[in-house]
Amino acid sequence: MRTLLVGVGIAGVAAASALAQDGLDRAVVEKAIKDSWQQVAPDWAARLAQDETQQACSLYRNNPPPSLASAIQAGAQASIKYPADGKLMGDWKKGEKLAQSGYGMRFTDYPPRAENGGNCFACHQLDPKELSYGTLGPSLAAYGKDRKFAPAEAKAVYDRIFNPQAAFACANMPRMGANGFLSLEQIADLTAYVMSPDSPVNK
Amino acid sequence: MAGLALLVSAGLAGAAEDATERELEKYRQMLKADPWSNPAMLDADRGESLWRERRGPNNVSLEACDLGKGPGKVEGAFAELPRYFADADKVLDLESRLVWCMEKLQGFERSALVRRPYSKANQSGTELEALTTFIASKSNGATFAPSLQHPKERAALALGEALFFRRQGPLDFACATCHGDSGRRIRLQSLPYLSRPEEARLIVGEWPAYRVSQGTVMTPQHRIADCYWQMRLPLIDYGSDVTVALTMYLVNQAKGGPITAPGLKR
Repeated sequence: MRTLLVGVGIAGVAAASALAQDGLDRAVVEKAIKDSWQQVAPDWAARLAQDETQQACSLYRNNPPPSLASAIQAGAQASIKYPADGKLMGDWKKGEKLAQSGYGMRFTDYPPRAENGGNCFACHQLDPKELSYGTLGPSLAAYGKDRKFAPAEAKAVYDRIFNPQAAFACANMPRMGANGFLSLEQIADLTAYVMSPDSPVNK
Repeated sequence: MAGLALLVSAGLAGAAEDATERELEKYRQMLKADPWSNPAMLDADRGESLWRERRGPNNVSLEACDLGKGPGKVEGAFAELPRYFADADKVLDLESRLVWCMEKLQGFERSALVRRPYSKANQSGTELEALTTFIASKSNGATFAPSLQHPKERAALALGEALFFRRQGPLDFACATCHGDSGRRIRLQSLPYLSRPEEARLIVGEWPAYRVSQGTVMTPQHRIADCYWQMRLPLIDYGSDVTVALTMYLVNQAKGGPITAPGLKR
C-alpha cells in the first residue's frame, strides 16, 4: 500500500509542473519555505516539510483524482492504531476537556504546561449547551444517539479522529492520531465523548 | 418559515459574538466620525515622526525612501504594494521595503531591525509597526491596485496562491483550511473566504489594525505570522518571501477593495 502511495505520489508531483501557470513548480515553493524560516531549530525543521499526503492534497487542492484518493485512503486506514486493551470507548469526561482545549504544539506552548487538546469545538457543534462552537466541520450533536450507540459506529468515530483521510482523502480535519498530536487513549476518550449515552453530546 | 427558523437558531448561537460585534461596530461608527479616536492613530502619528526624523548611523530621514511612487512619496503608496523594486531586484511589501530603506539609507543593521518587529500586548507599537501604520494610513480611502507588470510580481502572486493551499505541520493546516469557504466560523469567530474577492475586499484593507483584545497595532506581516503560529509552524521571518507572496495573493484577491487602515479588530 505504501508503495502504491509513493508511486501515485511521484506521478502527482510530476503533474505539478504541468498544472503550473507561470512555470511555478514545487521546488519554487519549497525554496521559499526554506528561505522564510532561516532561524529554525533542527527539531522544528521537520514541521516545514510535507509528507506525501500533504503534498498531494496541496497540489490537488483537496480534490485528488480517484486513483490517488483511493491510495491516500488505503494508506490512511493502514496508519490507524488501536489501544492495546482494544477498548475504543474511554472516559467521556476526559474527552470533554480535550474537546474544549486547543492547547499544544504552538511555539508558545513550550515547555508544555498541559496535554495537547483536540480542540473539537473550534470546528464542530457537540454538546448542544455549548454555544461557542465552530462550523468548519459538521454538527456532531446527538451523534451517538442518532446511531443507536452502535459499537461499529464507535470504531468509525475512533478511526475518523485518528485519521479522517481513511474515510475522505484530503479531508480538512487534522490527522490527530496519525500525526502523533493525540495519544491512543486521548482518542478513545474523545470517542466516548461523541458516542457514550452518558455524554452531554447525546443528551 | 423554515428560513426564519434557521435565522433564529443561527442568531441564538451567534448571540455572544453578536454582542462583541455590536460593540465593535459602535466603536467603528465613532471612528468614522472621528478617525483620531482609533488608538492606532497614535502609532501612525509616531510613525510620521520616525519617517521624517534623521536617524541611524547615516543620520538621514526616510524621506529619500522610494515606496514605489518616488522618493518620499507616501500618499497612495500602500495601495500599490507589494511591488517589484529594481534596486532590491525583489518584490517587497510595505514592511520589507521599510526594512530595506532603514538598512540601505539609514545604515541600520538588518538583523537588529527584524529581531523584534512585533510589540507585546498593551505596549505601544515598535518602530516598524508605527512606520507601517503611518504609511498605510496614507492610503486610507484608496483602493488596492497591485501591479502585475513585472515577471517577478506575477511569480510572487503564483507563489502566494500555491502557499495559500499548501498543507503542512502536525495539524495538516493550509490557509485555505479556515479561509476556503463562505460563512464558516472557528468557535464564534467568523472566517473570511479569502479566495473570494467579494469577501477579501471587505477585510484585507483593514490591516494594519488596532486589536482591542491585545491593546496593540498588528501589521499584515504579524497577522500572517500569527496564522502560521496557529498552524503549529515555527515563527516565520519578518518580511520573508513567504509572507510577502501571501500578501501579494491577498491584495490581488482584494483588488479594487477599499483601504480603511488602520482598522479596528477584536
